[in-house]
Amino acid sequence: MQNKSIAQLAADLRLRTYSSVELTRHYLERIARLDPRLNSFISVASDAALAAAERADRMIATGDAGPLAGIPIAHKDIFCTAGLKTSCGSRMLDNFIAPYDATVVERLSAAGAVILGKTNMDEFAMGSSNETSYYGPVKNPWDPTRVPGGSSGGSAAAVAARLCAAATGTDTGGSIRQPAALCGITGLKPTYGRCSRWGMIAFASSLDQAGILARSAADVACLLDEMAGFDPRDSTSADVPVPDYVDALDDDIAGLRIGLPKEYFGSGLDDRVARSVHAAIAELERLGASVREISLPNSMLAVPVYYVVAPAECSSNLARFDGVRYGHRCAHPQDLDDLYKRSRAEGFGAEVRRRIMIGTYVLSAGYYDAYYLKAQKIRHLIADDFARAFETVDVIMGPTAPTTAFALGAKLDDPVAMYLNDIYTIATNLAGLPGMSIPVEPVDGLPVGLQLIGNAFAEARLLNVAHRFQQVTHWHQGAPAGFE
Amino acid sequence: MQWETVIGLEIHTQLATRSKIFSGAATAFGAAPNSQACAIDLGLPGVLPVLNAEAVRLAVRFGKAIGASVAHRSVFARKNYFYPDLPKGYQISQYELPIVGEGQVQIVLADGTVKSIGVTRAHLEEDAGKSLHDDRLGGGGYSGIDLNRAGTPLLEIVSEPDMRSPQEAVAYARKIHQLVRWIGISDGNMQEGSFRIDANVSIRPHGQMRFGTRAEIKNINSFRFLERAIQFEVERQIEVLEGGGTLVQETRLYDAERDETRSMRSKEEAHDYRYFPDPDLLPLELDAAFIVDAVADLPELPDVKRERFHTQYDLGEYDASQLTASRELADYFETVARASGEPKLAANWINGELAAALNRAELEIGQSPVSAERLADLLKRILDGTLSGKLAKQVFEAMWSGAGDADQIIEEQGLRQITDSGALETMIAAIVAANPAQVEQYRAGKDKVFGFFVGQVMKESKGKANPQQVNAILKRMLAPSD
Repeated sequence: MQNKSIAQLAADLRLRTYSSVELTRHYLERIARLDPRLNSFISVASDAALAAAERADRMIATGDAGPLAGIPIAHKDIFCTAGLKTSCGSRMLDNFIAPYDATVVERLSAAGAVILGKTNMDEFAMGSSNETSYYGPVKNPWDPTRVPGGSSGGSAAAVAARLCAAATGTDTGGSIRQPAALCGITGLKPTYGRCSRWGMIAFASSLDQAGILARSAADVACLLDEMAGFDPRDSTSADVPVPDYVDALDDDIAGLRIGLPKEYFGSGLDDRVARSVHAAIAELERLGASVREISLPNSMLAVPVYYVVAPAECSSNLARFDGVRYGHRCAHPQDLDDLYKRSRAEGFGAEVRRRIMIGTYVLSAGYYDAYYLKAQKIRHLIADDFARAFETVDVIMGPTAPTTAFALGAKLDDPVAMYLNDIYTIATNLAGLPGMSIPVEPVDGLPVGLQLIGNAFAEARLLNVAHRFQQVTHWHQGAPAGFE
Repeated sequence: MQWETVIGLEIHTQLATRSKIFSGAATAFGAAPNSQACAIDLGLPGVLPVLNAEAVRLAVRFGKAIGASVAHRSVFARKNYFYPDLPKGYQISQYELPIVGEGQVQIVLADGTVKSIGVTRAHLEEDAGKSLHDDRLGGGGYSGIDLNRAGTPLLEIVSEPDMRSPQEAVAYARKIHQLVRWIGISDGNMQEGSFRIDANVSIRPHGQMRFGTRAEIKNINSFRFLERAIQFEVERQIEVLEGGGTLVQETRLYDAERDETRSMRSKEEAHDYRYFPDPDLLPLELDAAFIVDAVADLPELPDVKRERFHTQYDLGEYDASQLTASRELADYFETVARASGEPKLAANWINGELAAALNRAELEIGQSPVSAERLADLLKRILDGTLSGKLAKQVFEAMWSGAGDADQIIEEQGLRQITDSGALETMIAAIVAANPAQVEQYRAGKDKVFGFFVGQVMKESKGKANPQQVNAILKRMLAPSD
C-alpha cells in the first residue's frame, strides 16, 4: 500500500479494497516500527488519526467524501494544529498546543486527509540538515549516517521512507527542495502568496511559503489543488485564481523552452551531480523541450542577501517568544530582564540565537541602511534577473543542491558551509517564484535533485513538466533499502 | 535671562472602531481582563494581522479635516521592543510613510488672537496592553497583564514645536480633542485613555534659533495636568540652566499627586526600535474613491463654523470660539439663534446662564435639561417684554429644575412683568405719598434716595414691575413741583 500513488489510494478507498482505518493503521505500524531509525516524527497522533480515518470511511460510504478522503499525511511541526502539539522543533514550544488549525491544515483536513502526526524539522526552520532540532537530528533513509537536508527534513525522510502518503513543508530558502533532493522525493515550493501563511509559525515572513513533499509530481498536484488559494486571514496571500493542477499534468511539453543559468553550473557543484542533472535535461529534450544557456548575473549575491533579510525578519518574528504568555519560561525569574534572558537562552538553540543576533544587528540604528536596505535593493535586482530570463524561457533548471547528502555533523561547526548548501534555492525565495525538486539519477546510491524554477503562479507548468519526466523515468520510484 | 518655552505634542487618540485594528476582537472599554483579546492580540505563533478598513477611513477623515495630504501609499512598520504588555515584541505602527502628512490647526488664545499650529504627521498604530503592578494579584512580585487594549487602533498626531507656553499647548490639545470628536473619529474620553498626550518641552534664550535640549513627558491624561506638567518642567529646566547645569535629553513622567515630573529614562537608555516595514502587511494603497467616500459626510469644520458665527451672527471671536467648542454646542446655539431671531442674546445666555448651570451640574450640552427650543421660547418672552432679565433668570432656574416650559412657569408662578402703566402709576403714587421724608431728601439733591423708591416699588410688585417704566414714572413723580 505504501508504494501506491495518492490517486491509486483514493481509488482503492472508494472501491473499498481497504478502508482508511486499515490504511492508517498500516502507516502507524510502519512509523512505530521504522521511525526509530529515522526520528522523522516529533508527534504521532494515533488516536486522532484513526478517528479521522473512521470519519473518512463513513463519508466515503455515504458518497460525500472530499478528494483526499482517508489519505494519511503528515504535517511539518511548523503548522499549527488545534489540540496537537506544535513545537516548531524548539524547546521553546515543547509545551505549546495551538487553539487553531493553520489554513493549510484546515483545507487538507476539509478535503478528508488524515493527519498521522507532526514531522521533525530544524528549529524554527533554521537549518539545512535537520540537526538544529530540539528533538534530535533526522536521519536520511538512504544512509542513516547522513543528513536528510532541512529544514523540512522530517517530512522528506518520512515521505522517502513511506511513513506517510505525503507531507507538508515550508520553504524559506530551500527548506522543501533541498531535503526533497537529498531524500530522493518530489518537493514543491509554490509562488509566494499561493498558499496561506495563517497558522504557519513565521521564520522570515517575506520568504516563507508552504508547500508539499511527496513521491511524485502527480501526488504533489493532488495536495496543491486543496491547499492553494486566497485566504482573507493572510494579507500577503494572493487573490489569483487557482487552476486544476491535476488536470494540467498530462499537457504536452513539446516546444518547452528550458533555460540553464550558467551560474548554477560553476565551481562548487559536484561533477557527478552535474552529470545527473544534464542527463535528466537530455531526457526532457527527447520529450520535445529545447535548451539554452541563460544568465542570472546577481544570483551569487543571493546567499549574502538572504542572510541579512531572513535573520532581520526572524529577529522580530521570534520576539513574541518571551516566556510571558506561553512557551518555555525559565524557573524562578528574579526580575523581568532575567525572565526574558534566561527563558530565551534556554528555549532557543544555538543556530536560532545566532540568527536573532545577526538580525538584531542588521536592523540597528546606523546599520539599517548598509545592510537591510542594501539587501532589499539587491533583492529587486535578483528578481529582475529572473524576469528578464522568463522573457525567453518557460522553465529554468539546474541542480537543487551542490552535493548529495552529507554526513551528520560534517557542517555543524561551519555555518557558512552549511548556508552554501542552499546556494541554488535561495534566489527563488527572494524573487517569490515557485520552485520544485525532482529526483534524477542517483550518485553512489544517494539521491540527486533536479530543480525546476517557474515564473510567478506557473506551478501547473512545473508539475506538468515534472510529471511528464516521471512518466518516462523511474528515479522517483526508488525506495531506500529497508523501507520498500 | 529671558527664556522662551518651546513645546511640541504627540497625541494618541483612540479611533472609534468596533473591532481592533488588526483583529476582529471588540474594543469596548471596561470588559473583564483578557476577555477581549483573541489569538492575534495575544501574539500566538502563526497568527497574522489584517488591517481594519474603518480605522483607515477615520484616519483619512482626520487628514482632510486639518487640510493635510492623505498618502495614497503608506507603509506599516514594526517598532521592536520587549515589554510584557506588548505581546508580539513589536508594535505595528507607521514610520517613514505615514497615512497623514503635514497639516495645521488654528487655536484662539485668551486675548482673541488666532495662531496656527503645524501638524507634522499623523499615523495609524496599535495600542499595547496594560500592566497591573498591584497587591491585588497576591503580591510576591507578580504583575498582571490585561491585553484587552492590545491592538486597539490609535491615531498618533504629531505637532510641530510651534507652541510657546503651557496655555498654547493646552489650547492646541483642546483643539485636537474638539476636532477628533467633531468629525466622529474618537470619543476623546480621557479617563478611559482614549486621548493621551506626550509633551516635548525645551527652553532657549529669547532670540536663539537653535532648540534647547528637550524632555519628553509621557502619558498625560488631562488638560489641567498638561498645563501643570509643562509649567513644572519649564521651571525645572530654567533652574538647572541658571544653576550652571546642563540638561539631558530624557523621557519623564508627570506625577499628578506631587505635581512634578520625574526622569524615566535618559537618551542613553533609550530603545533602538529597529523599525522596518512589516512583511505581514502589504503597503496600504488608497484610491481616490476611498478617500472621497471617507470624507463625503464630513460636517462643517469648527474653524469654518467659528468664522461663520463671527460674520453671520456678528459674534466676537471669543464668543464664536466658545460656541464652537463642540458640534453639539454649536448646533444648540444655532437652533436658539434662529428660533429667537436674536443671535447675540442667544450667545449671551448660552455662554452665561446655561454654561454656568451646566458647569455646576457637571453636564455636557447634550445632557442639558433645557432644550434649545425651550431656551428660545424663554428668550422670546424677554424680547416681547413679558419678562425682565431678572425674571427671565428666575424662569430659567425653574425650567432647569423641570417645572415646565417658559410660558407655563410664567403663568403658574405669576411671573409676568407688570407693564400696565396705569397700575404702576397708582402703586408708585401711593409709595411716594407714604414717604414724604424721603421725597424731601431726594428733592434736596440726595440722588441716592431714588434707589430706595425703586426698591419699594419692586417689593410692592414682587419684582415684577417693568424696571424701565418704574424709572420713568418715579423720575416724573419725584421731580420738584413747580
